[in-house]
Amino acid sequence: MKIESRFLIGIGVFFGIIAISYWFTSYEDGGTLMLVGATTLGLVPGAYYFFWHRRFQGSKYFFWGRTDRAVGTRPEDRDDATIADGAGVVSSFPGSSIWPITLAAGAFVLLLAFVFGTWLALVGVSVILIALIGVTAESRRGGRY
Amino acid sequence: MTDVIVPQIAGGEPAYAAAHEEHGPTGLMKWITTTDHKVIGLSYMITSIVLFYIAGLLALGIRVQLTTPHGTFISFQQYNELFTMHGSIMLYLFAGPFAFGGLANYIVPLQIGAPDMAFPRLNALSYWLYLGGSIMMLLTFGVAGGAADFGWVAYAPLSTTTYTPGVGADMWIMALVLTGFSAIFTGVNLITTIFYLRAPGMTMFRMPIFTWNMLVTGILILIAFPVLTAALVMLFADRHFGAKIYAVTGCHTVAGAVDVHACGSAVLWQNLFWFFGHPEVYILALPFFGIVTEIFPVFSRKPVFGYKGMVFATMAIAALSTGVWAHHMFTTGTVLLPFFSLMSLLIAVPTGIKFFNWIGTMWRGQLVYTTAMLMSIGFLFAFLMGGVTGVMLASPPIDFFVHTTYFVVAHFHQVLFGTAVFAGFAGVYYWYPKMFGRMLNERLGKLHFWLLFAGFWVTFIPMYVLGLSGMPRRVASYPTGLGWHVWNDVSTVGSFMIAVSFLVLLVNFWVSWRYPVPAGDNPWDAHTLEWFTTSPPPHHNYTHLPLIRSERPTWDYNHPDAPTIRYDHGRGGHPNGHGPYSGGNGAGPSGHGDGAPGAAEQVPAT
Repeated sequence: MKIESRFLIGIGVFFGIIAISYWFTSYEDGGTLMLVGATTLGLVPGAYYFFWHRRFQGSKYFFWGRTDRAVGTRPEDRDDATIADGAGVVSSFPGSSIWPITLAAGAFVLLLAFVFGTWLALVGVSVILIALIGVTAESRRGGRY
Repeated sequence: MTDVIVPQIAGGEPAYAAAHEEHGPTGLMKWITTTDHKVIGLSYMITSIVLFYIAGLLALGIRVQLTTPHGTFISFQQYNELFTMHGSIMLYLFAGPFAFGGLANYIVPLQIGAPDMAFPRLNALSYWLYLGGSIMMLLTFGVAGGAADFGWVAYAPLSTTTYTPGVGADMWIMALVLTGFSAIFTGVNLITTIFYLRAPGMTMFRMPIFTWNMLVTGILILIAFPVLTAALVMLFADRHFGAKIYAVTGCHTVAGAVDVHACGSAVLWQNLFWFFGHPEVYILALPFFGIVTEIFPVFSRKPVFGYKGMVFATMAIAALSTGVWAHHMFTTGTVLLPFFSLMSLLIAVPTGIKFFNWIGTMWRGQLVYTTAMLMSIGFLFAFLMGGVTGVMLASPPIDFFVHTTYFVVAHFHQVLFGTAVFAGFAGVYYWYPKMFGRMLNERLGKLHFWLLFAGFWVTFIPMYVLGLSGMPRRVASYPTGLGWHVWNDVSTVGSFMIAVSFLVLLVNFWVSWRYPVPAGDNPWDAHTLEWFTTSPPPHHNYTHLPLIRSERPTWDYNHPDAPTIRYDHGRGGHPNGHGPYSGGNGAGPSGHGDGAPGAAEQVPAT
């Protein structure tokens, strides 16, 4: 997590510097605002990863000194990890699902509604709602393999 | 049943074959309902290559029209539609999705030892949104008023309803909203996959450069695409909801004076668009830099030279690219020339580092001139030419002189042709055996390359001459007597050479399908993890993994006794048990050469 957090915080710091220097050389608000957006894009997730990095390390400065969540460095961050160190559940992956294409079809129709008429939005929103319900139920139930 | 991967230490071979069989639907339903990153990646690549051929045909139409002065092959209106759709399809629907939707989707999880992308259903949604956007954009040819005809940059106020009424432009906007969301989702997916699903021992600084570049591209997508999508929504609001964000008409008082509060700013569109547009250029370049950085070491029989330099150069290019958007707007007179000129010139430094590292990788290597390698070398020449003229254009005095001429057209075609075509199809030739388990014909591949390489120069070098002699961009017709005729003829001949070369590629695909030559798992004796698994890889990619001790685990596994050159780590010794890496765990791969997996392996159970 350390490299990841440094990578993102580095992005934030770089764009922060650029945003400040751009503002004071041009006083142009549109570009500055977008650069501030890029700064936030780096700093917010960077801070999140930094937080988890410290928590994994059992830093006493997090969680009022509680270190029970300390798990040490993740196997994928260790130079000397073996494949066996990664044993256990990697993640849960869904099987095949009809809902992504349904959701995209709904979005397709919904956007066409802006061009061709509001009545299409009824179709689009309905399909999107059905797909959202479908995909959520599938997540709870587990998909067809 | 939800599919859960549980890697365990196992003593023996059996049982994983059954666990890795895919139990899902087959045939068409497999392609429609899949959440497997490999199938989605292939869908992306097939779709984007089909779109590449379509946009190529549009380009041929443009070239035929310009072959003679006062060309009458198509009408001016059709010409505007052709160049708009050629640019839009190539940039939004081919080059980007081919790289970060297709190749990255397929290759990145394999390269880091992951079973799939982090969000498989989101991944499928990305593809279907992209397909929807592509279909919507192609449908615009069939609507009343024709396709969008304001150029791929859609400059306001040309793109407002006053100057471009019609459904085609609206559908163009909506198509890009769809593909914009698709790109954002893919960016999120790639970053999460790389941060969370790496195999044990695959530290950030052991990831292949291709994966690194895709990570940086993912970040760039998240910076750039939301701006484009927002700008497009505002453009649509201007067109239909009476907003005055970019519009400059209808803001006069009854007495005829300009009411500034009722007026939009047309240059705002350029600011927003290019804040997306310039990072987009690097979204279209960095993945392809990654592809050639995989290919050069393999076919030079050496590790990549300057691994960390490559990584930091990628980051530097990406970071700088977000601060240079207004170098497309020098002639508007509203931007800070020194700031943007300096930032643009600075990009040449990390790009130069990359060039030296690529040359350093090949230096004194045992070069193998496969088609993939030739395409990569072609990329070096093409991109260098495009890059050097880019440095020229970063200088405002030169830019003022050649802005909106064919010089700029030649420049960005050389850049994008170098990346998306030479490097992109280098990737196709390189990874095709992994994807389909069969080889492409090398002889046809080389014919493809040489036709393409020759056609490339014949097409685009005349455009520099035309630009310097004053031929403007986006004109459907030009008069005689200006000396432009001959150079346009040469350029058209070149473009047909390129077209023929891509027919050769189709023949090659057909030959490979009809007369398959089995590839084996690792036909190139390549370095990175994806060549460790079977070709094509099984469902969830790996039945077992090698020990990862360097940025080329497959090479380490296959060549346990080879000395490993390390330019920048300063850690001597072989990664498999003889050097400082072996300390403590004592679990170097065993049983080399007999096909058995290493000491530790990953076995999934369901």
